[in-house]
Amino acid sequence: MTQRSVVHATFVVERTYTATPARTFAAWADPKLKALWFPAAEEAGYEFDFREGGREYSVGTAEAGGPEFVFAVDYREIVPNERIVYAYYMDMGGVRISVSVATIEFHAKGAGTRMVVTEMGAFLDGHDTVAQREHGTNWLIDRLGESLNEVPAAT
Amino acid sequence: MVERLSRGPASVSELAQPLDMTLSAVVQHLAVLEASGLVRSEKVGRVRTCTIQPDRLQLAEQWIHARRTSWEKRLDRLGDFLAETEPKT
Repeated sequence: MTQRSVVHATFVVERTYTATPARTFAAWADPKLKALWFPAAEEAGYEFDFREGGREYSVGTAEAGGPEFVFAVDYREIVPNERIVYAYYMDMGGVRISVSVATIEFHAKGAGTRMVVTEMGAFLDGHDTVAQREHGTNWLIDRLGESLNEVPAAT
Repeated sequence: MVERLSRGPASVSELAQPLDMTLSAVVQHLAVLEASGLVRSEKVGRVRTCTIQPDRLQLAEQWIHARRTSWEKRLDRLGDFLAETEPKT
């Protein structure tokens, strides 16, 4: 029987681009533009329906002969040129490995864009394929600390 | 709190002592950590001792590392794409 467990974690990745927020947002929103930089867009069976309630779906392998990964997105909030919020899950070899909420914020910075991606995830049952382990990561502790800042009310 | 526990087991009052938090807030934080499996606690007499579960910490670490790496790659690709398609002014 599978040993059930959940690890919750939150992390943030930021980038600053010289492109305007409108152009940066379009790269996420327009299927023709997204296909030019988003790797999964090349896979057979790729679906991309960019609207609130719409879905994005891809199936593929990270390496030949490796397990099949499913990446399934539900777009939950879209504010043109400003914000995208979506829920997604990932399966590996037919097993659900995580369910997350990702928020992408587009902030004008000069003529360019500061883009902030925040992912809050539930990582399920310890399924993992990462061979590389990073030790002594203080940032992990910081991130975990941040994710724990909101403490549920005592019951 | 996780940092303190990574140096060794501690009682709830030892954990609370350096923190500018009420004891009940500390207990709530610990409840979150225990629910996530990162921390285990055991009560002996009147003292509750907390211990970190290193394998769980490693799992969270691996997961965040993997996801961050995939985001970093994706966003770098987006940056290259935006730079290549920059309109001429």
